[in-house]
Amino acid sequence: MSQDVTIIITDRKGVKHEVQAPTDMNLNLMELIRMYELAEEGTIGVCGGMAMCASCQCYVLNDVLKTERNDDEEAMLSEAYHVKDDSRLGCQIPITAEIDGLTIEIAPEQ
Amino acid sequence: MIETDILIIGAGPTGLFTVFEAGLLKLKCHIIDALPQPGGQLSELYPKKPIYDIPGLPDVLAGDLVNNLMEQIKQFQPGFTLSETAETIDKLVDGTFIVTTNKGTKHQAKAIAIAGGLGTFEPRKPEIDRISFYEEKGVEYFVKDPELFRDKKIVIAGGGDSALDWSIFLADVASEVTLIHRRNEFRGALDSVEKLQEYKKMGLVNLITPAEVISLHGEDHLNAITINKDGNQETIKTDYFIPLFGLTPKLGAIANWGLEIEKNAIKVNNALDYQTNIPGIYAIGDVNTYPGKLKLILCGFHEATLMCQSVYQRINPGKKYVLKYTTVSGVDGFDGTRKEAEKAVVKSIE
Repeated sequence: MSQDVTIIITDRKGVKHEVQAPTDMNLNLMELIRMYELAEEGTIGVCGGMAMCASCQCYVLNDVLKTERNDDEEAMLSEAYHVKDDSRLGCQIPITAEIDGLTIEIAPEQ
Repeated sequence: MIETDILIIGAGPTGLFTVFEAGLLKLKCHIIDALPQPGGQLSELYPKKPIYDIPGLPDVLAGDLVNNLMEQIKQFQPGFTLSETAETIDKLVDGTFIVTTNKGTKHQAKAIAIAGGLGTFEPRKPEIDRISFYEEKGVEYFVKDPELFRDKKIVIAGGGDSALDWSIFLADVASEVTLIHRRNEFRGALDSVEKLQEYKKMGLVNLITPAEVISLHGEDHLNAITINKDGNQETIKTDYFIPLFGLTPKLGAIANWGLEIEKNAIKVNNALDYQTNIPGIYAIGDVNTYPGKLKLILCGFHEATLMCQSVYQRINPGKKYVLKYTTVSGVDGFDGTRKEAEKAVVKSIE
């Protein structure tokens, strides 16, 4: 039985949530945010997770995440708004055991 | 005034399939869409990506699914109002509706099917000073009619499929095409990227990367843009600037129609017919919500089918409808065509 991991998410209103995320459901961070309804439906995951809309842009606030932006993500973020150095697309971050303790903030709406 | 039985708002897969199901019931449809071509998200966002969960099609490219749906419905001769958005709705005393678009086109219908998906696609506008002033005066967010750019100088900005494909297409139309992108890498179908490479070598497209447009010039109409490349500024003469930075969906004017909205979606009665709180207005596909809703194309097809039955009852009160199978009854198009199964022969074999 796989372990859940803990992810700390600050929503768009500035409220911090500590949520448990299953690692055996092939979830990504965008889907986790939707699962816990931490962003209004219709304002996140608009393209369904194809790295084509940046509605799931997040700022990574600690150094738990070891992966870099992939090419699709880099391309989308190069055209998105409110992008910072620590911006990532939630849909491109799979929920795995390695990201236990990841702390992120959901970026403003595009 | 355009008159129809069902006015469909949204030409995505659900809206298109509605035409077929309505056609079987002899109901005529007209479709309004904000985009210049049918297909909705499938055409605009991911035409070259595969879909694996359409029943009976192990894999199909989104663009091909749209083409197939267009082929499937053509016998029912749907009307289209493209590049316009539905703005206002009025209910008349006879129970029909008048929907007027942002361009003033009026449509009268006996029922409304909102199949608006995620909403109206609006272009993502780059943050450039006074860009709104130049809209329709040299700044275009869509290529609605390529002829507008015939023998003109154009600058396209963006790094995705639309920017690549339109640069290639317009190279044969415009007198000069310049493509500007913030990065050296483009993200698109391999054949498009390779073709652009070829066009660049042949001098058909000027490619400037990594660079971005920072200001626009011209008194009444755009006549030049300034770009920033590696910290150096350069001004380029142009007749048109076409930023293609993708689209974001907004529920738009429909949100003010008095419909019950929940979580940016329209609440419907899923136990019966996907009707909204306003009788005669239905919402189907990704735009609606109900307990257990799944935003899948196949669910949209199902919702469209049930909705059409309800519209039939609304238009023909008291008339009993008997479900027919296309395999048995065939399909009679409004264009006079008929499709039917080949009859089996009854013949002795000697």
